[in-house]
Formats: sequence, C-alpha cells, structure tokens
Amino acid sequence: MLRIMRQIIKVGSITEPLPTADGFEQLGAQLKAKIKQRFQGSLAIRFVDAGSCNGCELEVHAANNAYYDIERFGVSFTASPRFADMLLVTGPVSINMKTALEMTYEAMPAPKLVLALGDCAANCGVFGQDNYAIAGSVADIIPVDAVVHGCPPTPSAIIQGILQVMDSHHHAG
Amino acid sequence: MTELSNTWFAERMGDHGIHSRYLEDHHPAHMPCLEIRRLDWAHAAEEAKRQAMRLVAIWAVEIVEEDASKQLYTYMALAHEEHRHVLLRTPIHHENPEILSISQHFISAYRMERHIQDMFGIQVRNILDARLWIKHEHWPEDAHPLLYDFDGKTPMLSDPERADMDYEYVPCDSESVYEIPVGPVHAGIIEPGHFRFLAVGEKILNMEERLGYVHKGIEKRMQGRTADEGLTLAGRISGDSTVGHSWAFAQACEYAANITLPKRASYLRGILCERERIANHIGDIGAICNDAGFAFMHMQCARLREDMARLHAEIYDHRLLMDNITLGGVAHDLSLKMREKLIQQTRDIAAEIEHLRAIYADTPSIQERVIGAGIVTTDEAKDIGLLGYVGRASGHSPDERIEEAYAPYDDLEVAIPEGKLGGVSTRVWVRFEEIANAARMVIQCLESLPEGDIQTPWNLPETGVSGFAAIESWRGEIVTWVHFGENGIIECYSVRDPSAINWLGLELAVRTVPVPDFPLVNKSFNCSYAGHDL
Repeated sequence: MLRIMRQIIKVGSITEPLPTADGFEQLGAQLKAKIKQRFQGSLAIRFVDAGSCNGCELEVHAANNAYYDIERFGVSFTASPRFADMLLVTGPVSINMKTALEMTYEAMPAPKLVLALGDCAANCGVFGQDNYAIAGSVADIIPVDAVVHGCPPTPSAIIQGILQVMDSHHHAG
Repeated sequence: MTELSNTWFAERMGDHGIHSRYLEDHHPAHMPCLEIRRLDWAHAAEEAKRQAMRLVAIWAVEIVEEDASKQLYTYMALAHEEHRHVLLRTPIHHENPEILSISQHFISAYRMERHIQDMFGIQVRNILDARLWIKHEHWPEDAHPLLYDFDGKTPMLSDPERADMDYEYVPCDSESVYEIPVGPVHAGIIEPGHFRFLAVGEKILNMEERLGYVHKGIEKRMQGRTADEGLTLAGRISGDSTVGHSWAFAQACEYAANITLPKRASYLRGILCERERIANHIGDIGAICNDAGFAFMHMQCARLREDMARLHAEIYDHRLLMDNITLGGVAHDLSLKMREKLIQQTRDIAAEIEHLRAIYADTPSIQERVIGAGIVTTDEAKDIGLLGYVGRASGHSPDERIEEAYAPYDDLEVAIPEGKLGGVSTRVWVRFEEIANAARMVIQCLESLPEGDIQTPWNLPETGVSGFAAIESWRGEIVTWVHFGENGIIECYSVRDPSAINWLGLELAVRTVPVPDFPLVNKSFNCSYAGHDL
C-alpha cells in the first residue's frame, strides 16, 4: 500500500490544461457552464461502435486518461442508453450493426445528442459508401449533431467535439 | 532461405498417395503452394495433423483464369515448427460447389469454414456447425459477397422476410439454468459482439460467441485496388494492430513483386512492431487490473501508453503508428536525435513497468482475482492452435519471429516467455515478459540500426502471381495472401487475424468461472472483433 501511495505522489497530478488555440478554452468554459445548466453538471455519454476498426476506441480511452481527464468537464460514460444524454458513435455503420445502433438511439431520452466520431462515422472513410457491407455514415442512419474528423481523432479533438455538440444542439432544453 | 525445406510436406503427402503440384506463380518459394485433388482435401489435413502441424487458416477465392473463365478454389495454410508454412489449394466445381470439412482434424477450421459457406455459398460437408456466421440472418439468402459476380458496390438491403429470424444459440431446457444475453452493444468503450451465457447460480455453464457485427466487406473491398490503396485499408483492419496488419500485407505484396527490403527498413519495421506490442500490452494490463477493481494500475498504465502515443505522434506523425509501413519500406527515417529519444523512452517505460509489476505482484486483492481464473490447458491450446500471448500462456508457443525468422528478427535474439498454467495471471505474466523482451529488441534495433535506404522502389507484380506472408503481430501470427491480376491490381485477397483462432480459446476459458469474472478473462485475451469480422 505504501508503495502505491509513493508511486501516486511521485507521478503527481499530470492533468493538462486544454490547448488554447482558437479560443478553445473559452468555448470549454462556456460549455462547461452549459453542462452545468442543462445537465446539472453531468453529461452522460453512451458509446457505440457501429463498425469501427478499434482505432477510435483507443483514442476515446485516451481521453479518459490522466492527461486529458475528460471527467473534469462533467463528462462520464454510461453503460446504458436509458440515462444517456449523448450518443458517441464511431465507425461506418455496418449492415450488421445498423439495427443495434437504431435501437440504442431509440432507447435514449431527449435531447438525444449525437456525435459522429472519426472519418468513418463522418463519411465511411476507407471502407466507403459504395460497399455492400456498409449501411452508410452515421448521419445516414440517425440524426447527427456534430462530426469530428480524424483517423482516428486525437483525444483533444474528441473533447472539443463533445463540447461542440452542446453548442450546436438547439433542441428545446 | 533454405529452398530444401519446402518439399517436406509434399513428400509426406506423397508417402500417403496424395499427389500435389507446385504452383510456380506463388511466392515465396520457402512457403510453397501445392495444388491437390479435391478428394484428397480432408486426407491432406489428416496427414498434416499426424505430422504435428497446426492449421494456420482456411479460405476460398474465385480467380479469373487466363481464358476469362472463373474458378473457385479453397486454400488451407498449415505450419510446422521446423518446416514452416505450406499452402494447399484445390479447385471447386462451380455447378456443385462443395468441399469436405477438415474440422474433425483441426477444430479451429469450423468458423473459417462457416465464413467460406457464407461468402461463397460453397457447401462444407460434415461441418461440425453449419449455422450462419458472418452472414447474419437478415441478409438475403442468396447473398454470397465474395463471389466474383456479386455486386460489392451497392449497400446490401436486409431481406424483410428474414429480418426477424434469430440465430439459434445452444439451447438448454433445464429449469435451473438461466440465459444471459450480452451485446452487441457492450457496457464499456469496446467493440461490438454478442455473448450468450448459460449460467447455473454464479457459474458459467457455457458461453457462446456470436460475432460478425463489424463486418465491413474488407476482403471484397480489396479487389480491384492497387497494392498502395490496399495497404491503407490493411492498416485499418484492426486499429490496435495497424503495424502488424500493414506489415503482413506489405510483405505478401513484396514477395509477390519479388523485391527485398533494405536492411535499415526492416529494422525500422521491427521497431514499429515492437513498440506497438509494448503499447498494447501496457494498455491491456491496465485494463485487466481495472476489470478487477485495481484502478491504480489502470491509471498508471494509461499514462505510460499516452507517453508512447505522444512520442509516436512527434516522430511518426501518428499516435497509433498508422500508415508508417510502405510497399518496399517505411515512411519515416530516424535521425540520431530521434533514435536517442526513442531509446530513452523505451528504457524508461520498461523500467516503470518493472516497478509497477512488483506492486501488482505484491497486491493480494488483484492476485486473488487473476490466479486460477479462466484456464485453458496446454492440450486444449494445442488442439485449437492458440496464437500469441494466449497460446504462450498455455504452453503452446508458435512465433513467426523465430520460425519464419524474417528480417530483422534473424539478427535479433527473440526470447519467448512460456507459461504453462494458462490462466489470467499467466497471460498477464506473459505480457509483462513480452514488454521487457520487446523493449530490449527495440533498443537493440535502434543502437545497431544499419546504414542505407529506407525504401526499395516498388515494382508491379506480374499478372497472376500471389504472395503469402506471416507476421508476428502483438496479438500473434497474422497471415495475408494476395493475388494480383493485370497492372498490379489486387484480384483476390485473404487475411487471418490471430483473433479468428483465439476467440475459440475464450469460450473454453470461461467455463466454470463465475459470471463476474468474464470481463476479466475476456480482457486477458483481448481478441479483436474488427480483425475477426473483417
């Protein structure tokens, strides 16, 4: 136990401030306030891989590591769509995942925010829309509020994307 | 390269009256392809089993011959510890497409045979399990996407009459047994797949996998592409094994085009592959501990993995090392300064991991969970032919870095940790050992990096040639087979991720463990869904 404590103290806090380009921090502050106002400080995200290669998943994991610490913005990942505020979808939507994605979306309560994450989610990426096994991009299947490009997007781009959904979504709050 | 060894299996088959013919347009010569008669197919598999060979893969293709006629073939790849790989192929009748199953000789064949049934409509006779696999129930009945005439460009629509059909899971009518369906959408941030548990009280009686959810038609999509386009796609078969898959694809193409890499380029590939191995093992060790509630390890490991990703972004322009392997070489050379940085970080990370390992080993709460959980015995591992760290933890250790000894591993001392107990703790132990070994090899490659080019000019493979490669990725052996048509265009393609075999091991490992231990055991395998579903 002592060794664990010593290691924790030795490493210390490594969480970094977000990149400051393009007034991003300001956006962060704004939307953190929005999460606080609309979701009582906690935004629950349901994650669905609709056909990804697992690259995007690694970067979503990274957004949870101590450097980025996405939880500090009040963002948490939930195991059920029933109490999720936002759906985070990766991958081109495969024909075998289409129904599961639709059912997950259906199971969510309003406002059903949706973020399409990565080039595949945005436009099917290298797998292509002219592919028998691909039903389409995420927006072809369910309504999408924001898109983050990248193959895969970096953890800071993911955080930025989540904050952007909050900004672009104009459903009655 | 010893050319002598390649006649070995042909001679063994000859002893038993199985005639075979060498295919001249298959490369490399030390992993030959032999055509046999269809009636000898299962017999040849039986002989391979008797010679203590393992089944590497079984797949089918439809090739357009010189006279424009189309011909179906099934292929099987086998490997022997000393005598390496051999491919067998046999022609299939178009009018009556059927083949005898080899799953009574090699149990791991049956899912790959189901894949063949789904994708080509070839009847595999005597198959142990004839249910659909990648082809989910809602697909139109006559859809066989890898047939040449199938329209691969139009998104396939579900057959409304089949939309509500269910997969028939192994039934159980006992009143004390209950079923737990899990997935395809899982609780965490992971890939989709379905698990069906039959449980008695807390104990798992049987767990059945249902995969194919992230099938993206990769094998079809490869057709008609240049090798360069194919390489980009191969790097996205499984995002965590991008180096392994790109390397296997590039090497198969390089064999087909008959080009050899400069030594420096193969060393640089070795560095990429071993760094990928380290990063994934670190991430997985953390995740395994996290599934048993030991969050400390998870946070520490995630931090080290992030350190690696950041240096990769700086040096290789990509946090996960995508698109770093090119046809005939690598994309990035390393300056002296970069080499020093990489050496320093590899050393630091290996040291930190050793420190964390001591803490892990001395923490009873985690040890209590991992020791004895999810066991696969040596006999079972050999029967299935388990690969990579999963095989190594159960006393079955095929490793292409030693058996095939492709560059740069012919210059390196590859040490393989051999576990025996086959449980979660052994798989974690193997991963710790592999991190240390990989770090040593990365440093050795960096310190003795040969001078020279990082790229051999690519030249188009001749029409009708095929290439085959086996690369030891972090999960285990990846094999890729590529067949070229005119102008260097890929005509057919097949790939076998180690997960296609290791998923079978997971079903065995979770028998009799309590249901809450499933995530822990599953994570210790960490099979790829994307690599399996293709």
